[in-house]
Amino acid sequence: MSGDIASYAYLLAAICFIFSIRGLSSPETARMGNLIGVAGMTIAVVATLATPEVPTYGLVFAGIIVGGVIGAFISLRAKFTQLPQLVALFNSFVGLAAVFIAGGAMHAPSLYGIEVVGGTMGMVDLIEIMLSTVIGAITFTGSVLAWAKLEGKVPGTPITFPAQSAVNGFIALFLVMAGFLFLGFGGESLFWAVTIVALVWGVMVVLPIGGADMPVVIAVLNSLSGWASVGIGFALNNPLMIVTGALVGASGIILSYIMCAAMNRSLLSVMLGGFGGEQAAAGAGAGAAHGLVKSGNADDAAFLLKNAGSVVIVPGYGMAVAQAQHALREMVDLLEAQGVKVRYAIHPVAGRMPGHMNVLLAEANVSYDKVFEMEAINRDLPNTDVAFVIGANDITNPAARTDPSSPIFGMPVIDVDKARMCMFVKRSMASGYAGVENPLFYNDNTMMIFGDAKAVCENVIRAMG
Amino acid sequence: MATDTIAQDAATFAREMGRLAVEAEQLAGQAFDIANRTSQTAVHSTGADPLLFGLTVFALAAFVGYYVVLKVTPALHAPLMSVTNAISGIVIVGAMVAAAPALFGASKIMGFIAVVLASINIFGGYIITQRMLQKFRKR
Repeated sequence: MSGDIASYAYLLAAICFIFSIRGLSSPETARMGNLIGVAGMTIAVVATLATPEVPTYGLVFAGIIVGGVIGAFISLRAKFTQLPQLVALFNSFVGLAAVFIAGGAMHAPSLYGIEVVGGTMGMVDLIEIMLSTVIGAITFTGSVLAWAKLEGKVPGTPITFPAQSAVNGFIALFLVMAGFLFLGFGGESLFWAVTIVALVWGVMVVLPIGGADMPVVIAVLNSLSGWASVGIGFALNNPLMIVTGALVGASGIILSYIMCAAMNRSLLSVMLGGFGGEQAAAGAGAGAAHGLVKSGNADDAAFLLKNAGSVVIVPGYGMAVAQAQHALREMVDLLEAQGVKVRYAIHPVAGRMPGHMNVLLAEANVSYDKVFEMEAINRDLPNTDVAFVIGANDITNPAARTDPSSPIFGMPVIDVDKARMCMFVKRSMASGYAGVENPLFYNDNTMMIFGDAKAVCENVIRAMG
Repeated sequence: MATDTIAQDAATFAREMGRLAVEAEQLAGQAFDIANRTSQTAVHSTGADPLLFGLTVFALAAFVGYYVVLKVTPALHAPLMSVTNAISGIVIVGAMVAAAPALFGASKIMGFIAVVLASINIFGGYIITQRMLQKFRKR
C-alpha cells in the first residue's frame, strides 16, 4: 500500500513496538521501553504522511489534534483506581476505529488499492473487511458495556434473562447468515447490516458477566482489539498493522489465560457468565452455623501489628474502592519504623484488571521489591506472624484447597490461614464475589476488623501514634 | 605516409568501437529485458500474493508476541494493557489514508472519525502508561 521508504519505516516501527513490550519485563527497563514505543508510533505516522496515499493533511492533522487533546485529557485526569474503566474505554475506541476504517475501505476501495472487478471486490478482500468490522464491532460494544459496568453506570452483577443462551444463539446464527450474504453479494448495505448485528452481539456477550470476572473480560476485549487491527492490516495489506495487532492479540490472550488459571475456571465458563449472581444471595445468609466470629477494633489491631515480627498484607478490590492505599502505606511506614518486616502479597485476580493492585501500591509509593506474587509469598506465610487482609476475601479462602464441594475449589489462593494470625479488614460479614462462605472468618486465630478499609488504616495509625 | 596509415587505423578503430558500442547497447537492452522479466516473475511468485505474505508476517508476529508478553512481569500487567491500547492505535495508519483524499466523501468522514479515535488511544495510552511506570520505583 505504500512506497519503499515507508515499508522500511514500518519495519522499524514494528521492532520498536516489540522492544517497548520487552521493556516491561522489569520496572527498570519499562520507562525506556515506553519511550521506544512512542518513537515507533511517531515513525509510523510520519512515514504514512510522506506516502502518496496521503495527499492532503488538513483533516488528518485536525483528527490527530482533536484525538490527542481528548486522549491527554482523559489519561491525565484518570485516577489509578479507574484504570480498568480506562482500558475498557480505549479497547472500545480501537474497535470503533476498525469499523470505520473497514467502512471507508468498503465505500472507496480504490483509496487502499483494493481491486474492484465488475462492481465487487475479490472474495479474499471481502472476508478480510468482514472480519475486521465484525471483530471491531464486538470489541466496541462489548468494551462500552464493560466500561459502564466498571463505572457503575450499569449494575456490575451478571444481567441474565430467560432463554438468554437461546437468544444469543439466534443472534450468532443471524450474524453468520448476514456474513454469508455479504460474502455472496458484497455491497455497502450488507456490510452495515453485518456490522449492526455484530454490535448487538457484543452487548449480549458481556451482559451476563459479573464484576469480579472483569479482569478476564477486559483482557479478552483487549485481545480482540488486537485481532481487529490484524484484520484491518490484512484488508489494507499493511504488515505493520498485522504485526502490531498480533502483539496486542497475543498479549490479551496470555493475560486472559493467566486470569482464568488464577480462578481455576475455563475461559468458556467465564464468557458464558452468570457466575456469582444468585449464589451470592444464597450464601449470604448461611453464616450463622459456623460458630463465633472474633472481632476487634483498631486499637487491638495496632497492638498486635506493632508486636509482630513479620506482616504480610493482602490487598483486594475493597482497598481500591476505599482508596485506602495511601493510608495503608502510612500505616506500614509506622510498622517498619518499629522494626516490623512488612511485605505485600498480590493474587493475580485481585482487583478488576491484571496488575491493578500493583499499580495502586506503586501509586502510594510502595517500593516494588516489597510486593510479591502469590507463589513467592505462600512459602513464607507459615513463618509470618500476621496476615493483614484488606478488602479481599475469595482469594484467601482455604476452602479452595480443602473443600471439593466449594464452587471455587481448585482456585489457587494466598494461604493466609497458615500465618500465626489473620486479620480481615471488611465492611461486613458478606461473602465475596463468588458467593462463597469463608470459613477463615470463624477461626480462633482470625480477627475481623469491621469498617471501611481507609478508615480502619487511619484508626490504626492513630492508635499506634 | 605514416600519418595516413595512422589516420586510417584510427578510423577503422573508431568504426570498430562504434559497432561494439551498438552491440553493447543491444546486449544491455537484452539484459534489462531479462532482468525485468525475472523481477516480474519474482513479484508474481512472492509479492503478488499479499494474503500469503500477510499470513507469514502474522504467524511470525504472533509467536514473537507470545514469547515477549510471557516475559512481562505480572507486576506490570496493568501498564502492559495500557501500552497495548496505545500501540493498537496503529490503525491510524489505515485511518489516515481514508481521511486524506482531496475529494470530500463519506469515506473521508469515516477516516476522520477513525483518526480521532486512534489518536485518543495513542496519546491516552502512552500518557497513562508513562504515569504508571513513573510510580514503579525501588525505595
